[in-house]
Amino acid sequence: MIKDSTKANHTAKWLVSGPPLLFLLVFFVAPSIIMLFTSLRFPGEFGGLAPIAAPAEAVSGEYGLTLETYQFFFSDILYAEIFLKSFGVAAASTLICLIMAYPLALLIARSEKRFRNLMVLLVVLPFASNFLIRIYAWMIILGPESVLSHFINTVLGAFGIAPVTLLFSPFAVLVGMVYVHLPFMVLPLYTNLEKHDPALLDAAQDLGADAWQRFWRVTWPLSLPGVFSGSALVFIPVLGMFAIPDILGGTGDILVGNLIKDQFLGTRDWPFGSALSIMLTLAVLAITGLAAWFAQLATRQRSVTETE
Amino acid sequence: MALLEIRNVTRRFGDFIAVDNVSISIEAGEFFTLLGPSGCGKTTLLRMIAGFDLPDSGQILLDGKDMVDTPSEKRPIHTVFQSYALFPHMTVADNIAFPLRMAGKTSDEIKSRVREALDDVRLSNFGNRFPEELSGGQKQRVAFARGLVNRPRLLLLDEPLGALDAKLREEMQIELINLQKDMGVTFVFITHAQNEALALSHRIAVMNQGNIEQLDEPSRIYGFPRNRFVADFIGKISMINAQVLEAAPSHLKLMVAGLGEVTAPSKEGVRVGDTGVMAIRPEQVRISHHAEETELKNHFLGKVQGFLYVGDVTTYIVELPNGASIEALLPNSAPGRAKFFEAGDPVAVSWRHDAGIFLND
Repeated sequence: MIKDSTKANHTAKWLVSGPPLLFLLVFFVAPSIIMLFTSLRFPGEFGGLAPIAAPAEAVSGEYGLTLETYQFFFSDILYAEIFLKSFGVAAASTLICLIMAYPLALLIARSEKRFRNLMVLLVVLPFASNFLIRIYAWMIILGPESVLSHFINTVLGAFGIAPVTLLFSPFAVLVGMVYVHLPFMVLPLYTNLEKHDPALLDAAQDLGADAWQRFWRVTWPLSLPGVFSGSALVFIPVLGMFAIPDILGGTGDILVGNLIKDQFLGTRDWPFGSALSIMLTLAVLAITGLAAWFAQLATRQRSVTETE
Repeated sequence: MALLEIRNVTRRFGDFIAVDNVSISIEAGEFFTLLGPSGCGKTTLLRMIAGFDLPDSGQILLDGKDMVDTPSEKRPIHTVFQSYALFPHMTVADNIAFPLRMAGKTSDEIKSRVREALDDVRLSNFGNRFPEELSGGQKQRVAFARGLVNRPRLLLLDEPLGALDAKLREEMQIELINLQKDMGVTFVFITHAQNEALALSHRIAVMNQGNIEQLDEPSRIYGFPRNRFVADFIGKISMINAQVLEAAPSHLKLMVAGLGEVTAPSKEGVRVGDTGVMAIRPEQVRISHHAEETELKNHFLGKVQGFLYVGDVTTYIVELPNGASIEALLPNSAPGRAKFFEAGDPVAVSWRHDAGIFLND
């Protein structure tokens, strides 16, 4: 009897977890393997891939498997620089999103219950209009004839500083990145902060903590899981984003995403594009792994006042 | 000078008066209890003492100093919350160290004080645990230790035993009494459990609808409730409608319709012709067989209507000839016997002339 029921339980477990597993297998594991193989092959003469076996009427070209793409990646410092720059932009976007989202999430979490859902709705409302349209809107807002540009340059002019161009600059890219990804930071933070027991803040105040200490000693450490998941949700997409640098960035503002896109759609070097993707995936995995480890360390810090 | 003085404090929420012109003065070293049903204003009063809320009018003085401009974190008053409110991301030791850190104590002092506090609540080996790894009773003790470690002038306890099961609650009550005695810290305890209040307190203020109905020692609150609310709220009591026939300095003579005359202890302010109730506790009522002789003045015949067996004692509900019912309590001294009388048995109930109390309408 017991055996039967555990068996049924087992089947049910597979039934429930089967479809998502299958989804991951088909749409993540398989493509990753294809990508890995692609990165180990030679590019075809007119884009695509060269055949693995040399054709009968020997055309000039290279066939078979190779590590050449990876050698190429490491041989030129330019690619490492673009990676580093992309990580820098992702880190900056994440930090700015965090600084902007935290007070907002705190405000929503501490406002009256009946207003909370409305405020969350307002946060996600931008998703209702098309992503590209919203980015193009920033082109207008940051453009040389915009009110914002005129205002900034008037102010700068008053101090005797030469006028600046906002659009097609690293600044514009950062603005776009932060704007698009802000809700992804607000939502996990809000979900976390909303669950905090208000009695903990009362207790902290009662035991002598002023407003800053209450935040730093209670709210902030308890919100770390939200901070980490929000950061992952911003950092990773920003790293692979190519549309925003394409539209808002200048010619020099190439990030990994643009580089990869160019390999497939521009230079038609599939193997190198695949190799770049693999490198990016590895870098993201390394960083998230590190972040998860750090999160665990930070949230379950062992006592400083050990009793023994 | 009283340690804490609450002077004519009123707190309103819209049209609702949560605390209505309350004055209390609490002495240093006292175990003081605010007792009342939920919504009586005891929690509001506690929050005002802690500094989470301010009175609309009146004053709260600690050591003679008005606390109105002192925020909660600056008051030498700590609170043990009903939910314990232990910081889940800190170890037990860090939880207890929190008030010491906030007070800017040196790390050496923090270390030794935390160890001392852990010893006091018998949790010496639990310093490195997290709150989620503790049982309810252990969490409770950590909350006490955290509240007491920085030696506050006053410790407020907001129904701290409410979440514990009955057996553990009794243990914690004894522990709480010892802790208070050892530390010498003044406790202000709030609860809706009357037996808890009676067991723990030096003095009790019974609150109802924002007012203090009676403020006295436990035995006087129980023995001489001032009005029907207090009588009814504290312990069990039977009430029979009565009218005053004679008000002598030594005793009262009451007329109970359909029953006869009842003698009760005298009471100030009661005049002939007053109507009210004769209230008597079940343990003061003697129940016996009809035929038994008795020297007691208040002696009436009745019929057992039902009984409630709770192990150590059985309460018998006796119907009197006038239709009123009175409860009598009998310890189950004979082993294995749940009751001495059956439902429907004719019985006699009697009580001393100085037992019972007359309560005006």
